[in-house]
Amino acid sequence: MRQQLIPALRMTLVLTVATGLVYPALVTGLAQILFRDQANGSLIRKNGRAVGSSLIGQQFTRPEYFHPRPSAAGRGYDPLASGGSNLGPTSSRLTVRVRESVRRYRAENPQFSGDVPPDAVLASASGLDPHITPANAEAQAPRVAKARGVEPDRIRALIHRHLEGRDLGLLGEPRINVLVLNLALDETVGSR
Amino acid sequence: MPKKMARSRPLFDRQILGRALTDALRKLNPLSLFRNPVIFVVEIGAVLTTLLLARDLAISAPGAGFALQINLWLWFTVLFANSAEALAEARGKAQADSLRKTRTDSIAKRLAGGRVERVPSSQLRAGDLVLVEAGDLIPGDGEVVDGIATVDESVITGESAPVIRESGGDRSAVTGGTKVLSDWIRVRIVSNPGETFLDRMIALVEGARRQKTPNEIALNILIAGLTAIFLLAVATLAPFAEYSIAAAGAGSVPSTTVLVALLVCLIPTTIGGLLSAIGIAGMDRVMQHNVLAMSGKAVEAAGDVNSLLLDKTGTITMGDRQAVEFLPVAGVSERDLADAAQLSSLADETPEGRSVVVLAKQKYNLRGREVGEHNAVFIPFSAYSRMSGVDLDGRRLRKGASDAIGAFVRERGGRIPQEFAEISERISRGGGTPLAVADGGKVLGFIHLKDIVKGGMPQRIGHLRKMGIRTVMITGDNPLTAAAIAIEAGVDDFLAQATPRDKLDYIRREQAEGRLVAMTGDGTNDAPALAQADVGLAMNTGTMAAKEAGNMVDLDSNPTKLIEVVAIGKQLLITRGALTTFSIANDVAKYFAIIPAMFMTAYPVLGKLNVMGLATPQSAVLSAVIFNALIIVALVPLALRGVRYRPSAAAPLLRRNLLVYGLGGLVVPFPGIWAIDRLLVLMGLV
Amino acid sequence: MTETGFLQIAVYFLAILLVTRPLGAFLAYVFAGRRTFLHPLLRPVERLIYRLSGIREDAEQRWTGYAGALLAFSLFSFLVLYLLQRLQGWFPFNPQAFGAGNVTPDLAFNTAVSFMTNTDWQAYSGEATLSYFVQMAGLTVQNFASAAAGMAVAIALIRGFACERAGAIGNFWVDLTRATVYVLLPISLVAALFLCSQGVIQNWLPYAQVQTLEGGTQIIPQGPVASQEAIKELGTNGGGFFNANSAHPYENPTPLTNFVEMLLIFMIPAGLTYTFGKMVGDTRQGWAIFAAMSILFLPGAFTAYISEQSGNPILAASGVQQSPSNLHPGGNMEGKEVRFGIAASALFATITTGASCGAVNSMHDSYTPIGGLVPIFNMLTNEVIFGGAGAGLYGMLLFAILAVFIAGLMVGRTPEYIGKKIEGKEVKMAMLALIATAASVLLFTGASGVLDLAEGSYINPPGPATGNLNNQGPHGLSEILYAYASGTGNNGSAFAGLNANTPWYNLTIGLAMLIGRFFIIVPLLAAAGSLAGKRRLPASSGTLPTHGPLFVTLLAGTVVIVGALAFFPALSLGPIVEHFLMHEMRVF
Repeated sequence: MRQQLIPALRMTLVLTVATGLVYPALVTGLAQILFRDQANGSLIRKNGRAVGSSLIGQQFTRPEYFHPRPSAAGRGYDPLASGGSNLGPTSSRLTVRVRESVRRYRAENPQFSGDVPPDAVLASASGLDPHITPANAEAQAPRVAKARGVEPDRIRALIHRHLEGRDLGLLGEPRINVLVLNLALDETVGSR
Repeated sequence: MPKKMARSRPLFDRQILGRALTDALRKLNPLSLFRNPVIFVVEIGAVLTTLLLARDLAISAPGAGFALQINLWLWFTVLFANSAEALAEARGKAQADSLRKTRTDSIAKRLAGGRVERVPSSQLRAGDLVLVEAGDLIPGDGEVVDGIATVDESVITGESAPVIRESGGDRSAVTGGTKVLSDWIRVRIVSNPGETFLDRMIALVEGARRQKTPNEIALNILIAGLTAIFLLAVATLAPFAEYSIAAAGAGSVPSTTVLVALLVCLIPTTIGGLLSAIGIAGMDRVMQHNVLAMSGKAVEAAGDVNSLLLDKTGTITMGDRQAVEFLPVAGVSERDLADAAQLSSLADETPEGRSVVVLAKQKYNLRGREVGEHNAVFIPFSAYSRMSGVDLDGRRLRKGASDAIGAFVRERGGRIPQEFAEISERISRGGGTPLAVADGGKVLGFIHLKDIVKGGMPQRIGHLRKMGIRTVMITGDNPLTAAAIAIEAGVDDFLAQATPRDKLDYIRREQAEGRLVAMTGDGTNDAPALAQADVGLAMNTGTMAAKEAGNMVDLDSNPTKLIEVVAIGKQLLITRGALTTFSIANDVAKYFAIIPAMFMTAYPVLGKLNVMGLATPQSAVLSAVIFNALIIVALVPLALRGVRYRPSAAAPLLRRNLLVYGLGGLVVPFPGIWAIDRLLVLMGLV
Repeated sequence: MTETGFLQIAVYFLAILLVTRPLGAFLAYVFAGRRTFLHPLLRPVERLIYRLSGIREDAEQRWTGYAGALLAFSLFSFLVLYLLQRLQGWFPFNPQAFGAGNVTPDLAFNTAVSFMTNTDWQAYSGEATLSYFVQMAGLTVQNFASAAAGMAVAIALIRGFACERAGAIGNFWVDLTRATVYVLLPISLVAALFLCSQGVIQNWLPYAQVQTLEGGTQIIPQGPVASQEAIKELGTNGGGFFNANSAHPYENPTPLTNFVEMLLIFMIPAGLTYTFGKMVGDTRQGWAIFAAMSILFLPGAFTAYISEQSGNPILAASGVQQSPSNLHPGGNMEGKEVRFGIAASALFATITTGASCGAVNSMHDSYTPIGGLVPIFNMLTNEVIFGGAGAGLYGMLLFAILAVFIAGLMVGRTPEYIGKKIEGKEVKMAMLALIATAASVLLFTGASGVLDLAEGSYINPPGPATGNLNNQGPHGLSEILYAYASGTGNNGSAFAGLNANTPWYNLTIGLAMLIGRFFIIVPLLAAAGSLAGKRRLPASSGTLPTHGPLFVTLLAGTVVIVGALAFFPALSLGPIVEHFLMHEMRVF
């Protein structure tokens, strides 16, 4: 094994340069040329100022905005602490949290009845989930409409316009990007 | 059929059983049990639970009745495993005893400096010369250097008919303990006392020098490894239980006795207990076929054989050529030819000669005549003239090899018909031997002598092919003849005009291609090939050199036996594999019995895993342990007899065995444990 | 259960099936040193690496030399990575100014072992701990190196079967270099660029600060993610740039990238099965391994999917919809992303644990008990359900050796696999690996279940090792079991509720990873050496056929029974009892 040590050391250093510096630099260079916007975080700018990333969810609590899912990232949608709740199916903390969320969701959306859509009260994996389900959006539509003083159907139409289907018609789930939808709300509907 | 030396005994006769049970107790000694890691672990568990039981009894803790029952069954498990091995050994020992009885210390007549001195046979050393006369026991293994005698070898072979032993050639070996019936021989002793063939035979059947075979060692590693893994699984169950009890806020940690019970159920006790018995029984089965295997390894290797070298004569064919046809030359009637052939063969006592007489009688109703009154003079076969025949009433009838007869006829001014060579050639090409017949200067025709392939031989070779074994016919015949017989017998290859050197080369070539080769042989010149072959079955009638070189000796000297030995080797391996699979598959059901029982108090909901509906946690654990112990006993006959084996290709064989022992092993314990549980409840034991 | 859900699983499997043959054939060419279409471009790179490292390309190694080289390389990999972490403050590309204070010695040990062993277990949160430089020059490098080393071992083992009476089993440095240059780098480059196009970031910018619509501020981490993401999946590493791993939208922004990442995970392990067949001269042997892996994989995927989709009765009782509709996926969405839903999450979980990858796109800790049992089971089988790059194949060959040994006996011959006799040595090595890994999982889990220290102790500040749990009841045991199964299986995914960043867990999981890596690799290389020296026997009708459905079933059965039976008690006290309790609405 001793005669292996020298090549081992040299090989470690050579591969470090090749795969740790040259390769990432190559990818970075090409990405910055080919996909500049995506490579730099898909940031959304409004009046020249970054207001968020279309890929990173952010917290919304006001009634005139659609609300995202509960988030376990820090105090909610903190990208410095991405992650889920990691509460198991028989966790009493999960049960308590979910019951509280269900109660609050119903209180916020009084026109909604029945069982709440799962994403509305269950925390995402990243804590940064930018999307909600169409069911969740539909359920919030009356509240947003009321808060903005418009017909719920206008809001529903906007939801429909921002509905993203399954990729290639098969992969993943239909979804609505909350930040993008709320930005659209501000632009097209305006607040009261 | 010869009387078998080791008659197939019933599996359990009383004497053997008694002996086995005492041996089983003796085997409880940890020093000897250490060699069997699985059962050793069970024994440690049994000792441990015994100590715990003693403590419980001392402080009169509750639940001692259950602990006692578990404890007893653990000891039974060890005993059952030990008895299986002891039973297999006892059968060998019984045979050894009957052999030992024949080994009496006789007085030998040692020849020293032309004088005969009488010494006890035990003082003979290799190289001594002894004289053995009618009525004497041969004092040790040796080679006949002088003389000829009939010898009774029934001690070794069980065959009551005496055999001829003479100096030179392939019938010179004699075995100590056999008896000279007539005449005398001088024998050079080849083995020291305690190393004779008989001694080795006794040691072999007793299993005294039994060594684990490579395959057995590998299997032992596997089951020892599994034991270690399950030891870990059970040992760590205690902390898991502790966590679970704290988490559930209820229940108690399973007692050590229950943990030991689980461990014993999980480790592969079935195969662990039966493994050595299977090996010993395999040797025993070989012995019952009157074959002495010098090691278990040889038997195992027999199962692995890829190529079987079979001698044509005596193995594939009847051994003697038979007359099947008379082929006259033009102008001679077949009847006249038959008549001349019969006359020339009347005094010929060889099987060939007799077959000519018989064929003539069958075909033309020619009776064997009394020829004495015809003033007949019989000319016997000689290596010089290469013909035999008879002179009577002025006729000079001869039969013999074509060229010899040709010369005989020409000498007498006769003419060789042109079809003479043609007929001869035709017979040869068909695999027969042409025997020309002449009457003085007149060629009459040919007798077609033919090798008769033994009945059923093509089928057996077909079976071998299915098992993936190539058969190769070895013959001294010319390639033409050999090819014809090879086709008739259905062998895969043949080696014609084979010299011992050719045989050796052929074996080496096969081995170089990665094949394992088995062969039979008897002559001294077979010894190198026998030694080179992976399985060398020497004939007992053969020379000592051949017997030393091979790793098996057939006491019946029946070369066809090789095929049976191969089947036994396979059966041995299959039995091991089948019981291993069965043993491992059993674990699934035992988990379902014991795990819910262990944690019923902490997590009553685990009762849903109690798919067998066992009555109580205690009955569940106990039933699993009892099932585990009894299955060893139940499988002893299978281990000793071997699983059913019919020659077939690997795929269907595996499918069948997987179904029976794999799936069976998965399923059988469920009803088994359930039934034991019911019985325990009925008997009020839990 | 939805049709689309099942269809996604089926389409994914089909895609893997399609990629297996071409990639496998390519791998066989690469490792045989034959010319491929990449040679004009990359052969000079390969030669340059040899020259710089002082390697002689044509020098063959015996198994001891091969193993020695691998161990020496692993040692330096570990040292370099450890030092890089501890000294990250000295290096550039560190906009957030992380220093040694962010990485304690035990964490640095754990992380260095973790990436060197292809485990990529992460007791830290990437965005709050490591500089870009360490992520690239430390972690990304090991993402390549550990995967290449795993592939090298698999190839060496295949050579053991394929060659005829040979002393040598190849050259580790050459195999390592070829795997990196011809396979990992080119595919990673293409994949990274594709991921970028979909939104995965790749920059060296400082973390972005944005003003949210409601007037708050949000600091969004940046970094060279795509380059690491590609090799993270391709090399079955799994160490995320961010704490949320492939659930993070910057690592895995769309269902399409999710699909591609899943393909990247399985493509090399699947391809290697074909490489195996090709190199031993009978592609049916490779497909048999593929089939055995598949019949272990698909039921797992469907079980996880069905269990997650059926949801949690406790949630249903709390007023949460659990059955799917056109407008929402239903089921247990706790710890899952909306864009992936149930099927793509459960499928990813099955793949990543089957493949010893450990990347996650959903939080396994929040799975239903049976949904969580599938990943644990996958890891406990020693990661052979396609398994790691290289590791999956050599792990499966280990089981094949055992299966052939047991079954081979049942056809009445000394067992042979690919014409090589399986004897004591091979069985011993296979059992050694199995015992070591079982011991690692069981002993560490058991110890953590009962370890009781004072609160505030250095070894484990929370006190008892169960004090680090995020969940109580049987699920807590599952968290610990998962951690050591993941470490030993070199998987790296977690029931992430467990706070594993304490000296106790950092060190024991570190040890588990070392055992799981080297107690399999070294015995298997020894077996490769022994096999290489044997003659290859010609097959006959008496030889156990190892390419038919019978053998495939047998192999899969051996994996389940021999591989997982020892863990049944632990599993029944974790996920299995939790399943029953969940249906009795019991919470802890």
